[in-house]
Amino acid sequence: MKVRRLIHTCYAWLVAGEILCNGVTIMDPAGHGEPILTELLLENVSVGALSEVSLVVPAGQVACLSGPSGSGKSRLLRAVADLEPHGGGISLGGTRQQEMPAHQWRSRVVMVPADSQWWFDVVGGHFPDDAGSRLPPALGFPSEVMGWSVSRLSSGERQRLALWRALSLQPEALLLDEPTANLDGSSTETVETWLLEEIRRRHIATLWIAHDPGQIHRVADAHYRINGTRVEPVHGSD
Amino acid sequence: MEVIDLAWWKLGLAALLVLALGVSGYIARLGITRSLLIAAIRTVIQLALIGLVLEALFASSAFYWIALLALVMLLIAGREVVARQGRRLQGWWAFGIGTGAMFVSSFTITVLALTVVIGPDPWYAPQYAIPLLGMMLGNTMTGVSLALDRLNESVWQQRGVIENRLMLGQTWQQALEDIRRDAMRSGMMPSINAMAAAGIVSLPGMMTGQILAGSPPAVAVKYQILVMLIITAATGFGAVMAVSWGGRRLFDDRERLRLDRLVKS
Repeated sequence: MKVRRLIHTCYAWLVAGEILCNGVTIMDPAGHGEPILTELLLENVSVGALSEVSLVVPAGQVACLSGPSGSGKSRLLRAVADLEPHGGGISLGGTRQQEMPAHQWRSRVVMVPADSQWWFDVVGGHFPDDAGSRLPPALGFPSEVMGWSVSRLSSGERQRLALWRALSLQPEALLLDEPTANLDGSSTETVETWLLEEIRRRHIATLWIAHDPGQIHRVADAHYRINGTRVEPVHGSD
Repeated sequence: MEVIDLAWWKLGLAALLVLALGVSGYIARLGITRSLLIAAIRTVIQLALIGLVLEALFASSAFYWIALLALVMLLIAGREVVARQGRRLQGWWAFGIGTGAMFVSSFTITVLALTVVIGPDPWYAPQYAIPLLGMMLGNTMTGVSLALDRLNESVWQQRGVIENRLMLGQTWQQALEDIRRDAMRSGMMPSINAMAAAGIVSLPGMMTGQILAGSPPAVAVKYQILVMLIITAATGFGAVMAVSWGGRRLFDDRERLRLDRLVKS
C-alpha cells in the first residue's frame, strides 16, 4: 500500500514537472515544517463528452477552467468530487478516490456549486458552532449573520457564505464553479483576493471555473480550456 | 345470537343509492360518475369472488391453500404499491422493495399474533389467519406506498440540496435525513390518526362488523385493540424497511445520488 502511494506521488511530481517545463511556476514543495502538500491529480478522466482529461493542480495553486457553456465544466468538477460516475483516475496527495469512502473524499475535496443550497431556516445551522466568530471581514458580513434567516439572503450573499461554508470544513482541495458569478465588480475583487489568500495560506489545490478573462488573469496559476472533448492547457496570457 | 343473512336483492337497494349518486354527479357534471361506478362494480365482483374462495378455503383448511392465497394477496399488494408511486425505482426494484418490506413486516407480525396472542388450533386456521393478514397487508400497503412515494418525490425535488450536502462531505444517510423523516411521517400518519380517532370519531370497521355478527362488544373491542396495535406496528416496520432500502438504492456505492434510477410512472 505504502509503495503504491509512493509511486503515485512520484508520478504526480513527474506530471507536475512537465507542467513546470510548460511555463507554469509552482511553489517550492520542500518547505520545512510546512503541512504535507497535497496536489490534486487527474489522469485520463472521462465524463460526459469529455475524455482523457489529465491535469495536476499543485497545493496552494489555482487552475482555472474555461469553455463554452454546456461543454461539461461543471460535470468535470462533479466527477472530481465523485458525484458523477466517471472513468480514469483522480487522486489527492497520492491517495486515490476509491481508497477512501466517498463522503471522506468529499470532505477533503470540497465543491462549491454555482447555485448553493440552504436547507435549514437559519444561516448558522449550516456552519460549525464557532464559524460566526471567525467570519472573515472580507466577506462583508456582521457577526449576527449566523442568526439571519436564509430566505432574506440575496444570491450574492448566499454565494459568499457558501464559500465560507466550504472553507470552514478545512478542505485540502477546492472545486469552485463560477464562485463570483452573482457578485458585483468591487466585491468580486475583494472575494477573489480573500480566496487567493486562503488558498495560498492553507495550501489548497483549487480548480476554479471562470468565464471572465480578467479574473482568469488575476487568479490563475494555470489555465485550461475545454476544446470539444479535450481539456487543453492555455499558455501565456490571453 | 344468530346473524341475519342478507338477501342479494337487498344489496340491490344499497346499489341503487350509489347509482343515484352517480346520476346526480353526472347531471351536476362533477366528473366522478365513471370512477364511482367502476369502483362500485369492482367492489361487488372482488368481494363476491373472495367470498367464494373463503368458503372453499374454510371447508378444506389445508395449509398450502392458505399459503397460496397469502402469496397471491402479497403479490397484488406489491403491484398496488408500485402503481401508487408517482416516481418509482427502475426495473424490479420498486416491486421488490415494496413487496419485501410488506412481506417481512406483515407476515412476521401476523404469524406472531396468531401463534402467541390469539392461539387458534391449528395456528393457521383460515378463519383467523386470512382476515388478519388481509387487514395487515391492506394497511401496510398504504403505509409503504405513501412512504415510498414521498421519499422518491422529495428526493427528486430536492436533488440540489442533497447533492450540496454530499459536496460538503456528508454521508448519504445525513444528506437524506430530513427526507427520510418526512417519508416515515407520511407513511405512519394514517395509522396514527386512526388510532387517535378510534372509538371517539369513528367506530372501526372490524369491530362494527364483529358486533353486527353477534359478538359481545367487550370481545369485539379487545380484538379491535389488538388489530390496531399490530397494524400500526406492521405499517411502521414496513415503512422503515421500505424507506431505508429505497433510500439506499437511490445512492450507489460511492454515495452518489442516482436519479437515473427513478422513472416517472
